[in-house]
Amino acid sequence: MSTQIRPAPVRKSIFVGAPQDRAFEVFTDGIGRWWPQTHKTGPVDLDRPVIEPKEGGRWYELYVDGSEREIGKVAAWEPPGRLLLIWQLTPEFAFDPDLVTEVEVLFTPESGGTRVDLEHRDLERMGEKAEAMRETVSGPGGWPALLQLFADEAKIQRKGEM
Amino acid sequence: MANANRVFAALTDPTRRAVFERLRHGPRPVGEIARGLPVSRPAVSQHLKVLKEAGLVDDRSEGTRRIYQIDPKGLGAMRAWLDQFWDSALTAFAAEVERASKEEKK
Repeated sequence: MSTQIRPAPVRKSIFVGAPQDRAFEVFTDGIGRWWPQTHKTGPVDLDRPVIEPKEGGRWYELYVDGSEREIGKVAAWEPPGRLLLIWQLTPEFAFDPDLVTEVEVLFTPESGGTRVDLEHRDLERMGEKAEAMRETVSGPGGWPALLQLFADEAKIQRKGEM
Repeated sequence: MANANRVFAALTDPTRRAVFERLRHGPRPVGEIARGLPVSRPAVSQHLKVLKEAGLVDDRSEGTRRIYQIDPKGLGAMRAWLDQFWDSALTAFAAEVERASKEEKK
């Protein structure tokens, strides 16, 4: 019996008041205009992430000094309805060509706009890459700290109930 | 990792939290986890299932018993981080779509 844990995929949905093709275009070509600047793998300031508009294309970070760092790949390029990205960053935010997790993004026309559904799956594959995370979790900043944070939050909620 | 609220969401149920805390001192079979808790064993199994999906616990079979333990790989923390990351990323994406649409109308 395998002890491999399978966390549920991360699923997100958001509605945008724009046509499907516009939503797809902003997500891909316009990624540099919305991607959180704080989320990057290198020490230099991020210029923008780039999603190459083709199947098999690269998904990488472009830095202000012109250097590049891989995030993953484009596994399916099906404008304006579907995009399948491969996320190859470990929990330590380092690129690992052997790590393959999928990020599927679906763009569905709805009245007045587009619904965007994102699913980040195969997260259990990160478990094998989580050596540093394991130390974090079992160390003093790990579970005990998490539980303390939780206890604080629970206290706040209890107060709210009063 | 500061914002691990999604992990806590799995722990907001007091019984589920009690179940989780019983695993803090090492792996336990379901029967032992359920002992002394004011809920049925199937209910405990259900809580364990939720904790497992959140990446907080892990299980294995030992003969006919199922042993649960806190996930040593910290996937729960990882998943919580990604959950929060995509939340903020998609919110920023939606804001950019709205901004671009307004600009076009001008």
